[in-house]
Amino acid sequence: MCTMIVEQADISGSGKGPKGWFRVDRVNVMFDHPFNLPEDHALSIDFVDASAGPGARVAVELTAESGRELVKALLAAIERGERELGEVAAAS
Amino acid sequence: MHEYTTDQYEGMIAETVTITGDNGDPIHTYLARPLGAGPYPGVVMIHHIPGWDEFNREMARRFAHHGFIAICPNLYERDGHGTPEDVAAAVRAAGGVADSQVIADVEGAKAYLDGLPYFNGKAGLIGTCSGGRHTYLVACSSDQFDAAVDCWGGRVIMGEDEINEKMPVAPIDLTENLSIPLLGIFGNDDVSPTAAQVDEHEEVLKQHGKDYEFHRYEGAGHGFFYHHTAMYRPEATMDAYQHIFEFYGKHLT
Repeated sequence: MCTMIVEQADISGSGKGPKGWFRVDRVNVMFDHPFNLPEDHALSIDFVDASAGPGARVAVELTAESGRELVKALLAAIERGERELGEVAAAS
Repeated sequence: MHEYTTDQYEGMIAETVTITGDNGDPIHTYLARPLGAGPYPGVVMIHHIPGWDEFNREMARRFAHHGFIAICPNLYERDGHGTPEDVAAAVRAAGGVADSQVIADVEGAKAYLDGLPYFNGKAGLIGTCSGGRHTYLVACSSDQFDAAVDCWGGRVIMGEDEINEKMPVAPIDLTENLSIPLLGIFGNDDVSPTAAQVDEHEEVLKQHGKDYEFHRYEGAGHGFFYHHTAMYRPEATMDAYQHIFEFYGKHLT
């Protein structure tokens, strides 16, 4: 089905597309038909520069379970990075 | 359904043209037609949510091969240009296009057909996925068409939480206005529309005494025409196309 399920967030970062790196300012997270993944439905995650037209997009398509694993990995990396960098800052 | 024999000349032209859509906007449109003086019936194709893509172009050429003028407007024209996937992703993130804009764009495609000297004056509608929903919406909202084919249009029946500014009315609530024959093509394993929703749709059509026929396929889900995906079901697809060509042959010629 066309679920039209979309969650969006403003972000600050860079993404690498076919023409190299560009700034990204929004992430669109959808649960709908994937374009490429051979699943009826999947997570589509698009990192975009909202002001630069449809082509300014770094896209991934993931199964729902992969999305959950991604969330765990993201949070673990952020927590570890903030903790370790915090320890370095406290020691210096 | 036009059947070619091996001794016949056959030719078609398929190209991008520009029509006038909603608000007078110029819209790129794919047009495929048989070569010849005609007159040929027309089919306005309403593309699916993955965009104005290769599948729709292939389908248009299929209709041209079978003796129809197929015309498929780019409903995402206002949302920028790029690969069909990139444009469709942007439109999806923005919540789709407005129903009122789609209706006017599709009527613009019909107006383009009306100006063609090889058009016989009768036009059908067809759409898959979101285009199936749009097909039903246009069929219930416009007096410009002669037959409609809804291929697994989801959200013809909508919950209150699905109604929004772009989609202010559930198409099922417009059924009373349907004045042309309807052909419905559905996979019983689909989740939108579910088999129960297709049952409900059929019941509403019966209540209003509408001219319709539904064909429903076991072992098929959503998008079973899409030969480039795992959803493809060849036997169901070929049977459905046979029904479509017979339906259009009956109502557009």
